[in-house]
Amino acid sequence: MRLQIPLLITFLAGVFMAVQFFVPHDLGVTAYTELLNWGRIIGAFALVLGIHSLLRTHLEKIRRRRHDWPYSMVAIVSFVFMVVIGIGFGSDPGSAFDWLFNYVQVPLDATMFALLAFFIASAAFRTFRARSTEATLLLVAAIVVMLGRVPGSLLVLFGQTGVGEWLHSTMPDVSEWIMNFPSVAAKRGIIFGVALGSIATALRIMLGIERSHLGGGGGGE
Amino acid sequence: MRIWGWLLDLDRRWIFLGIALAVVIPIVTKYTLPQGKPAPPTVAVYNYIEALKPGEVVMIAFDYSPSSMPELHPQALAVVRHLLQHKLRVVSVSLNIQGTSLGRDLLSQVGGELGAVDGVDYVHLGFKPGGSQVILGMGESIAQVYPTAADGRPIADLPVMEGVKTYDDVSLLIDFAAGNLPFAWIAFAGERYNQKIAAGITAVMATDLYPYLQSGQLVGLINGLKGAADYEALLGIEPSEAPGMLGMSSQSIAHLLIVVLVIAGNIAYFASGRHRRRGRS
Repeated sequence: MRLQIPLLITFLAGVFMAVQFFVPHDLGVTAYTELLNWGRIIGAFALVLGIHSLLRTHLEKIRRRRHDWPYSMVAIVSFVFMVVIGIGFGSDPGSAFDWLFNYVQVPLDATMFALLAFFIASAAFRTFRARSTEATLLLVAAIVVMLGRVPGSLLVLFGQTGVGEWLHSTMPDVSEWIMNFPSVAAKRGIIFGVALGSIATALRIMLGIERSHLGGGGGGE
Repeated sequence: MRIWGWLLDLDRRWIFLGIALAVVIPIVTKYTLPQGKPAPPTVAVYNYIEALKPGEVVMIAFDYSPSSMPELHPQALAVVRHLLQHKLRVVSVSLNIQGTSLGRDLLSQVGGELGAVDGVDYVHLGFKPGGSQVILGMGESIAQVYPTAADGRPIADLPVMEGVKTYDDVSLLIDFAAGNLPFAWIAFAGERYNQKIAAGITAVMATDLYPYLQSGQLVGLINGLKGAADYEALLGIEPSEAPGMLGMSSQSIAHLLIVVLVIAGNIAYFASGRHRRRGRS
């Protein structure tokens, strides 16, 4: 029964959601709205799970004195501090929480992401090589799209000459064409593949073939 | 040739220095470059908003965090400015917990500059956890998902929310996001409730969203910092006052430097003969 009941609930919920999409009866709409409320409440628990995971991971690291454990200490102290300030004094504009968010978290977060620019530049220089026909096509397309996104750079490179002006007006169109046709064609194929895979997985779960969501480490049959 | 070997083994700190200078100098000197014609997907968003009648409702989703602010914040600033100038009602939500503060401050800043009144011309409803469940829930009843605004005022008391019950009362939804949420808005608000959707995204996400643009599931797409600069140009904002255009100068020089580095790296790679050594190994 520990297996059959969850499988039955999964099957009935899946069938209900599929049927109510195509049959907008009042009863179905009411039940659907109620299920959405449940979903939002359950979704909110993801935050609780996230906090639990964060604390468990870092406390374990501190307890075992693993590599870079002081950073875990900083993470936990920062977390607790923000929670206390937020719950204790509110998060309205002008509050201490708001100040910490704007002047600590925003610059730190932006700085971490900005580092990517430096590493991407270095990685592109070292690894982006025209080693094969496919790599050469990718390289040329990437350069055209990059320059098409920043046509002003072509005026820096070629000046206000005929070539510079022509490239400045043409490159964005070529870039847009690459994005609209070759790129979309490939992307659409991937999207179709993912969609078919999602439908197949949904059916496997509804029919009880795929059971890993029930826990216990069991996969599909 | 020793120079090719030297180039291939260049200390990456020189590259870091080059990128830092390419980014910092244009910002400090407020150097602006002509950006060329605006991209058609950005123009589509602008035209769609222009075609809306004053008093119609546009919902904004601030689904980004500080890490993607340099690209998305200038987009959101320009679009919210356009909406309030056009006398449209702006209702904002956030499915990203960090986006709620960014959105609240942005609305308050632009609203203050344009003399718009919080609760009358715009309102920030704030963050709700649950992602797709929140999107689906608003299709049935916005008040059920957001009984109050972010600051606790009941939305039933707010003039800006008058007659706004579900997506049927929202003329356009614009999602500013750096993650997967635009796909959720398209799938659940767009497909399920026929909500018209536009998106403001980071440039790296563009290839993922162009198929939805072509299929008409997105009415338009503001793509990266270039999209922000294009939108500012469409609004006629002075380049020196436009964060998108100012940022584009840095991005232009940095992109140019990366392209030059990639080309130089390839020339050095073939001229030094390393491609033959690699082929033998």
